[in-house]
Amino acid sequence: MPDIDTLFLFGSNPTEAHPIVSIWLKKALRKGAKLIVGDPRKTWMAKRADIWLNLKPGSNIAMLNGLVNVILQKGWENKDFIAKRTEGFDELKAKVKEYDLARVEKLTGVSKENIVEAARLYSHADKAMIVYGLGVTEHRTGTENAMAIANLALVCGHLGRPSTGIMALRGQNNVQGASDLGPLPATLPGYQSVKDPKAREKFEKAWGVPISEKIGLKSVEMLDECKAGKFKGLFILGEDPAQTDPDLNHVNKALESVEFLVVQDIFHTETTKHADVILPGASFAEKDGTFTNGERRVQRVRKAIEPLAGKAEWQVISELATKMGYCQSYRNPSEIMDEIAGLVSHYGGISYERLEKESLQWPCPTKDHPGTTTMYTDLFARPNGLALFMSLDHKGSGEVPDKQYPFVLITGRVREHYNNGSMTRRSPGIMELVPEELVEINPEDAEKLKIKSGDMVTVSSKRGSVRAKAKVTNRSQKGNVFMTFHFDKALTNILTSEHRDPITGTPEYKACAVRIER
Amino acid sequence: MKHARLMQYCSEYWEEALSENKIKITINGIETLCDRDDTILKVAKKIGVKIPHLCNDKRLEPYGGCRLCIVEVKGVPRPLPACTTPATENMEIITDNDSIRKLRANLIELLLSNHPNDCMRCERTGDCKLQNLSYEYGVDGSRFEGEKWDLPIREDNPFISYEPNKCILCGRCTRICNEVVMAGTIELTGRGFNSMPDTAFKKPRTLENCEFCGQCVSTCPTGALTDRKGRGKGRSYDLKKIKTTCSYCGTGCNFYLNVRDGKVVKVTSDTDAPVNQGNLCIKGRYGYDFIHSEDRIKTPLIKIGDKFVEAAWDEALDLIAEKFSSLMKKHGNESVGAFSSSRCTNEENFLLSKFVRTVFRSNNVDNCARV
Repeated sequence: MPDIDTLFLFGSNPTEAHPIVSIWLKKALRKGAKLIVGDPRKTWMAKRADIWLNLKPGSNIAMLNGLVNVILQKGWENKDFIAKRTEGFDELKAKVKEYDLARVEKLTGVSKENIVEAARLYSHADKAMIVYGLGVTEHRTGTENAMAIANLALVCGHLGRPSTGIMALRGQNNVQGASDLGPLPATLPGYQSVKDPKAREKFEKAWGVPISEKIGLKSVEMLDECKAGKFKGLFILGEDPAQTDPDLNHVNKALESVEFLVVQDIFHTETTKHADVILPGASFAEKDGTFTNGERRVQRVRKAIEPLAGKAEWQVISELATKMGYCQSYRNPSEIMDEIAGLVSHYGGISYERLEKESLQWPCPTKDHPGTTTMYTDLFARPNGLALFMSLDHKGSGEVPDKQYPFVLITGRVREHYNNGSMTRRSPGIMELVPEELVEINPEDAEKLKIKSGDMVTVSSKRGSVRAKAKVTNRSQKGNVFMTFHFDKALTNILTSEHRDPITGTPEYKACAVRIER
Repeated sequence: MKHARLMQYCSEYWEEALSENKIKITINGIETLCDRDDTILKVAKKIGVKIPHLCNDKRLEPYGGCRLCIVEVKGVPRPLPACTTPATENMEIITDNDSIRKLRANLIELLLSNHPNDCMRCERTGDCKLQNLSYEYGVDGSRFEGEKWDLPIREDNPFISYEPNKCILCGRCTRICNEVVMAGTIELTGRGFNSMPDTAFKKPRTLENCEFCGQCVSTCPTGALTDRKGRGKGRSYDLKKIKTTCSYCGTGCNFYLNVRDGKVVKVTSDTDAPVNQGNLCIKGRYGYDFIHSEDRIKTPLIKIGDKFVEAAWDEALDLIAEKFSSLMKKHGNESVGAFSSSRCTNEENFLLSKFVRTVFRSNNVDNCARV
């Protein structure tokens, strides 16, 4: 990463949300890399950017289409790469033509000069990398936003070579591994479709039971069904939807409605309040296992102390399965990894024995495979090996400000805390530094509303309201306010909207309309 | 015959190596190849030759401050610091002989002459680089008498303790703060005898001027900067160190959990970690209190009426098994499901996925990756 000469940071605030990734990015900057930042907030990186694209929340696609359009108009694209490794270019070209500078300026609020300069910097780079974060995915157009980013990288051919490409900074420690290993309604471990008879057969043989070919419900759909009274029993492992999901009133009703709810967690959370049975969880210090990070690197978690409640989750799940008639037992998690290696080809060469000596990046199909650092060096993951351009339209956020709710609320993290705060709020030192929620508001807006830093304000959306202290700062642009979701005393997700990305079901955490009152 | 083939192989190896812009140098009589820009210190480390140093950290640019890494280079009339001197073609280096040892011993004595030398009650005893070097070179600070710093310990923040008297001005803390984290919290302040690392205007560390990543603590070679929360809870040799992966964000940093008597008392850096090379943030380094928090759930709990009542594992699991079985019997397999978590391990996610497919016999399982 430090060899990058141009860095395009889009919808990501790594100095707060991924501090160690930011250290690598800073190293590239110190070596003289150019920096373009696309973010509605004036973040640490935005302050130091060569070009800050201070776009309005929800205007990602307009912004990216506009950039691609400039590149094509000026002839800055990588014609050779487009011809050899992509398809669908003509459709894209026709689509982005609709996004001329004047229109993009109007939709995004970014000046024409900055758009052109950003397009020039990125397209003229030798080793350019795009790093994006949840500011891209946590919109109702999240998947399309990510595709629009891919369009930009493909047009310039900044892919498949070291220090180029697109890097998604993922939110949680093991979100990659949790997706890889199959707690997903449409796929078995290793992204093998439940619709694929061959995949089912493989698992049926290994597990000795028939596998359902019916695609299951996504978590948000299960909650919808709970509320509708059709879903009767739910087991929630280490998750707190009653604080971290959007539109909390809906979630709470769903959890109240379900007949039998089991929650396994290390602390009482908003979710455990609804439980019929609570099982104690073991923290990462109390068990062996592996996490897979955002660069597909599988690394060991090692038991430092005994589980405080006597059992770790892997033991509990096995025992429960056995009690319910499916006998299984593992002596240790290493045996579970061996089973994974036998069923998931990307993990085929991974074992605890190897992980003792090295960390491995999947795909690692065999015991002697060294793992894979750069993907798509010659072929993309499509049947013909070519990348497909996607023609996309600006749709905006599901909920836009109006007279009654004139501000856009952006939610996110601060460096000191983590998600629902159940872990970080138990660190006295961290609480001494960041004891409570702060609503970040622009000085001009604050003056109009006669709000000073430290004043208690009420933030309301159509769905509810939350009280918290104001912090007047130009990190927030005019018309935008920012809050985290770390505190149980100010449940920000009461405010966030019900809009979701229709493809992934990811909620639109990054934009909803709110009103601020003293 | 065998010998001839080996010789041929060796000469091919050398040829190939040399054509790749590699150069040959000799350290303590050992011939080796290295890159043109490599420093002597780096090459020595690679071939297992130990050169002492205090101001060097692989996360930082070479500095040449402490001068303990001085070595003799053939043809150069004065000793050169190994950490900042690049290797050149056919360089011949001696890292250890009587005259170098004498010079190094002098330097250590000078450092100790303005040092409290209170190792018996110092937090870092046992893994203090200065202490280890004075042991190795058999010196204390008694030969040079003069003024000593007598400044109080500073604990003006929750995480970082600062004992200026133990500072040797190697600049590692200020460099990691400015070069790596780019936080600009501390800088070498003052001149001459009075120079010391400090915040601007000697203000206490707050979020206004510090990120509390503890990177400065992780690089300090002496007891000047220490983790406040871990003080008095055990020295390095009392603590069991378990290498693991951080459970906060998705970066995948490794570190050591330091355990004593079944309690995690400190987190220390793993400088060999592939992702973070010893760097950590406030959460990774200091966010571990939750592990032993008083309000951890320690037994299964069953809701009876409005209250949660403590239960044994078997009792709780029997109840869950019975309830889920009867719901499935009454409302069908599709009426139950599970959420998994991206906070849990790969193995647990796999098992829960397997559990829903083999016990619930449906695909109603999802994780929180999408929310």
